[in-house]
Amino acid sequence: MNKLKKRLLSVLLLFGLMAGTVCGCGSESSKSPNGKLYVYNWGEYIDEDVIQEFEEETGIDVIYDMFETNEIMFAKLAQDTSAYDVVCPSDYMIQKLIQNDMLRELNFDNIPNSKNIGEQYFVQSRDFDPENKYSVPYCWGTVGILYNKTMVNDTVDSWDILWDSKYNGSILMQDSVRDAMMVALLKNGYSLNTTDPGEIRVATDDLITQKPLVQAYVVDQVRDKMIGGEAALGVIYSGEAIYTARENPDLVYVVPKEGTNVWIDSWVITKGSKNAENAEKWIDFMCRGDIALKNFEYITYSTPNDVAKENIEDEDIKNSKVAFPDLSSFPTESYKYLGEAGDRLYNDAWMEVKSADY
Amino acid sequence: MKLFKSKRQAGLIASPYMAWAFIFIVVPLCMVIYYGFTDSAGRFTFDNVATIMKPGYFKALVRSIELALISTLVCFILSYPLGMILAGMKLKKNAYIVTLFILPMWMNFLLRTLTWMTLLEGKGVINTVLEFFHLPTISIINTPSAIVLGMVYNFLPFMILPIYNALNRIDENVINAARDLGANTLQTFLRIILPLSLPGILSGITMVFIPALTTFAISTMLGGSKILLIGNIIEQEFTQLYDWHLGSGLSIVLMIFILINMIVEAIYDSEGGMRR
Repeated sequence: MNKLKKRLLSVLLLFGLMAGTVCGCGSESSKSPNGKLYVYNWGEYIDEDVIQEFEEETGIDVIYDMFETNEIMFAKLAQDTSAYDVVCPSDYMIQKLIQNDMLRELNFDNIPNSKNIGEQYFVQSRDFDPENKYSVPYCWGTVGILYNKTMVNDTVDSWDILWDSKYNGSILMQDSVRDAMMVALLKNGYSLNTTDPGEIRVATDDLITQKPLVQAYVVDQVRDKMIGGEAALGVIYSGEAIYTARENPDLVYVVPKEGTNVWIDSWVITKGSKNAENAEKWIDFMCRGDIALKNFEYITYSTPNDVAKENIEDEDIKNSKVAFPDLSSFPTESYKYLGEAGDRLYNDAWMEVKSADY
Repeated sequence: MKLFKSKRQAGLIASPYMAWAFIFIVVPLCMVIYYGFTDSAGRFTFDNVATIMKPGYFKALVRSIELALISTLVCFILSYPLGMILAGMKLKKNAYIVTLFILPMWMNFLLRTLTWMTLLEGKGVINTVLEFFHLPTISIINTPSAIVLGMVYNFLPFMILPIYNALNRIDENVINAARDLGANTLQTFLRIILPLSLPGILSGITMVFIPALTTFAISTMLGGSKILLIGNIIEQEFTQLYDWHLGSGLSIVLMIFILINMIVEAIYDSEGGMRR
């Protein structure tokens, strides 16, 4: 028994070590005359120089962390909303955060630069933030198919092509529940916010049928894999289109005719924020025309900032239909928070897809 | 020689470790058990643990056990002959050998696995080299084979070191005696060397099987998130779905398998001890 105990201990210690290697948490400590600010943003979603500029101008020490999906972000905040001050989730997740009373109302007097954000984006935001009290738009875009024209000879204009067995092993799907389900729902002509179990069933079965053709389910890696020519077709956010085409001219971005999800990612301040004033300074800084332009040039995600858009030097990009699409040219819908029961339906369906045979 | 003057002194010196073990092992374990057997309203339930019987979850568990067993077997097949060779070399300084196998572990585990991703990709390093020599290319990335490869690569040292230690400790005279008494090479191996190295083999198996059974990083990276292991499901419950109750329930199921593994090992160990 003693031996067993010892072994148990050693095994647990081993786990401890492994966990230690997996979670390489880092934080910077430095001078912070004006306090700290904990920022939680998507991966590769800012020009890192901007963070430094903010620190230099305001004397605020920024601790910057990144997440890969809205769901990961939510799980982290649900444990402790004071873990971060300012966060950049998407529309439906902001709705969920508001409903769970996890956000703090913004004081727009402290965010004068929010006037640079186009009025239509605040109007659009009312879908999830009805009184525009909690959020300031940061980036927006669509979801579509990125394909390599040297590897795909068909016309890519429909989500159906992602089920074409010709491209077996060359398809990249999004590894996040709403984006993956969205593809299958739209393919069948359903709403991407459906909570009809029958429609979700059809979409789930479609994704299971598709699974053997899929090379991998990834999020941020779609970009690098497509640039490297690892795959022929990938589901990707519109913001990556300019960057990927710049790195590999064979890559083309299309919004399928069945339509797409139009999304907005916005800055919000958490309910438990201990540095709310600094957080408002951050949001204001992000809304500054020159800063928004700098971010746009670096991350190439469509900016809702009118001043920044006016000042884009490259005429091709300024008039690009990919960066600033005409939303009336294809059907669009935005994600909505579906409530706990709806979330459960989607999560169960997604779990079924992920554990299906490959 | 007695290291400590009294039991009390020994206890005093051990207390920081005990505190550590209590805070970081016992308390989390209790939390997992609490969450695992309650629902979101705090009522007692078996549902979380029973979820393992649902088709998708059960499939993932079976798949995890399969891959972990294969990895353990491959590690054993690779390690045992190597252990014998190393023990046979009679190196004066064992430290070098140990360092040799610990060396790759100085690099972050995730980085090493990420490297395999780059190596194995369709247009990765290995295939580029193969193509250059007009050899057929390999495509094992995002398949179970790639996951097994990743597990074997990462956990091999955990198998080699205990086996090497066990073999190294075998008294040369015992082997010579067997030879003198007429045992041939095979007999010596089967009846002397193998039984005497059994403790090393058993701890090697535990050290490989358990991390292989519970991994989620390797399967995510080398399986392209297509191949869901039970570790991935638990990770998702915690990080993506925010369902601590279900995640803990499934962890308890996994812990049962780990306990079975350790009990089996403890039984073998004590039997071996008695025979000696």
